[in-house]
Amino acid sequence: MNKHEPTQRTYLGIPVPRPKVAFFELSSCEGCQLQLVNNETTLLNFLSLVDIRAFREAMTEKYDDYTIAFVEGSVTRSDEIERLKKIRATAAVLVAFGSCACFGGVNQLKNRFQDPAWVKKEVYGSHPIETNDTARPLEDFVKVDLKIFGCPVKKEEVEKIVTNVVLGKTIVAPKYPVCMECKANENTCLFDLGEPCLGPITRGGCDSWCPNSRFGCWGCRGPAVDANVEQMQEVMKKHGFSEETMLDRLECFGGFAGHAAEMRNNIKAK
Amino acid sequence: MKVTQTIDIKHITRVEGHGNIKISIRDGKVEEATWEVVETPRFFEAMLVGKKWENAPWICGRICGICSIGHTLASIRAVENAFGIVPTGQTGKLRLLLKHMETLQSHVLHLYFLAAPDFVNAGSVFPLIESHPDVIKRAAKIKLLANDLCDCVGGRRMHPTRTVVGGFTMLPAKGELLKFKYRLQDVVDDLTRTAELFRQFSVPDFSRETEFVSLKGSGEYPFIGGELVSTDGVVRREHEYRLMTNEYMVGQSTSKWSKLSRQSFAVGALARLNNNFSFLHPAAKELSLSFGLKPVNHNPYMNNIAQLVECVHIVMESIDLINGMLDREWQESRQRVVPKEGIGVGAVEVPRGILYHCYEFDKEGRIVRSDCVIPTSQNHANIQHDLTALAEQYAREGKKDRDIELLAQMLVRSYDPCISCSVH
Ligand code: SF4
Ligand code: SF4
Ligand code: SF4
Repeated sequence: MNKHEPTQRTYLGIPVPRPKVAFFELSSCEGCQLQLVNNETTLLNFLSLVDIRAFREAMTEKYDDYTIAFVEGSVTRSDEIERLKKIRATAAVLVAFGSCACFGGVNQLKNRFQDPAWVKKEVYGSHPIETNDTARPLEDFVKVDLKIFGCPVKKEEVEKIVTNVVLGKTIVAPKYPVCMECKANENTCLFDLGEPCLGPITRGGCDSWCPNSRFGCWGCRGPAVDANVEQMQEVMKKHGFSEETMLDRLECFGGFAGHAAEMRNNIKAK
Repeated sequence: MKVTQTIDIKHITRVEGHGNIKISIRDGKVEEATWEVVETPRFFEAMLVGKKWENAPWICGRICGICSIGHTLASIRAVENAFGIVPTGQTGKLRLLLKHMETLQSHVLHLYFLAAPDFVNAGSVFPLIESHPDVIKRAAKIKLLANDLCDCVGGRRMHPTRTVVGGFTMLPAKGELLKFKYRLQDVVDDLTRTAELFRQFSVPDFSRETEFVSLKGSGEYPFIGGELVSTDGVVRREHEYRLMTNEYMVGQSTSKWSKLSRQSFAVGALARLNNNFSFLHPAAKELSLSFGLKPVNHNPYMNNIAQLVECVHIVMESIDLINGMLDREWQESRQRVVPKEGIGVGAVEVPRGILYHCYEFDKEGRIVRSDCVIPTSQNHANIQHDLTALAEQYAREGKKDRDIELLAQMLVRSYDPCISCSVH
């Protein structure tokens, strides 16, 4: 029994359902989970909204009766596939939580090497170590109902999404690019400061987190709808940035995997 | 009656990452006591090969969500050391302030949310939200201050956006810093109350002679760069870190292990305190002594108290740092970076102990090889030897006030391990 059975929430006298949620992590930095406990002002409110059934990073008790599963991290070892399938079988809603889960995240940077044996040897020498050849997003193995993008995810966005799930509203990720938010924030464009930025092609929703700090976007949230990667490349070129600079950003988090692979091949062919 | 007990904990909770504890005692004899690390490796050191220098801090910060600032700073320092860039005084101070706030938020997270529940027989901090709301509010207040100040200096509390090789992309507004100074002064009292809380907890009675490794202070309690030291008397230069870490692989772990003068050593708050006690802020020193904590202390559970002492030191020093910044005009925030062929090492004290990043560059500034040695991987062997000694003590003396199952988990938690970081 959960010793700490939370009190029933009501809104205008009507009981509001508290969904049973659980958090899990595969291969990750655990940063997306941490983002949730990292906003102290709204943490307690958030906790009252949901009934947390498993959260290994924070609690010892765990229960297998969750409805919504937030899964962080990418799949990099065969045992993780089994864990993921079990979670899928239990949860009504499976959320890919953060860019590692959505696209492979930084972990998929090892996928660019032709020889997986070299990757192992570079880090572990001759010591045997079990790992899959590539780091993969969740949807390569199970059905994903909802994706929350970002490396890390943005807490405010997560809270909004969870609230909408509770209230049964549909959830749509922004279709517009980071650039829109950046312009609304009245930032000086980084290209005018001599810095590269993927804001024009990256999905918004982070409120132009990086450009607000005068740091160019690296595309952590993947492509915006209608992202024109070729045009982006022209802009980069016009401002004197090499293909390598563009590629580094394009391939960093896995959201542009197809474009990045193509570009890598083109560079190699030259 | 002689103790007979078997413990098999898969994925110990309230730690970062995945590890298992196995203990088997039969008729007062320890048959097995094992600390297993089963985390999946992510291969950061391979990922970096062929990448330009500016990728390193941005990618390496993602080794760990909890100490992303520490990784970013160690990575930046390694690149700067390789290219011969010396940070300006202003950059150095801002980095230290940022680093301090990460340490403060991490220590508070560990003390209140991960360690404290064990002392009050709770499985998590969540029931405490209802039973001890004021305690939780206090923890949240300190953490919030630390995180907000990280946002202010680093652009973002996790995976910072303003920290770059050469300095900062942007500087904090002085008016903001002034407000933070008042908030820092305000939490001094909250830390006193935190100390009162921890004074009520009984620290398990256990110790084992250990070698402690950290940065070596010269004039101040060290956090970023400098010489390396051990309580067994070893002193090395920063770039000689490999002679300090001596990594090797073992079957029970996907993380590497380390050793120096003995079969294992420890890093972390207790190690820093044991090596640099004299450089603590007077208020921190006084607090330490009031807990009977002075060098060289060999009780691993005292790492919790050492973290508390560091919180006080950090808050006091951060107030001084801000005062210094408010007294001066801002200088240029960022230096030009010219890549150079060569090797650079960055050693930084992150919450869980000393962290090293090392990169070798070709003449265009592309990474040829990289190596990151994580605090928790340096601690794994020591956790193993502590666990064996703890099980033996328990088998010999029997149950006292706590069961071995709890003691073993508390031991691992007292190291505040960051396991996914150790298998990066
Ligand atoms: S998406 Fe980024 S922040 Fe989230 S777990 Fe992956 S590496 Fe960490
Ligand atoms: S800085 Fe980036 S996101 Fe902002 S306007 Fe320029 S290109 Fe767009
Ligand atoms: S600006 Fe770009 S890299 Fe930064 S958080 Fe937003 S999408 Fe991610």
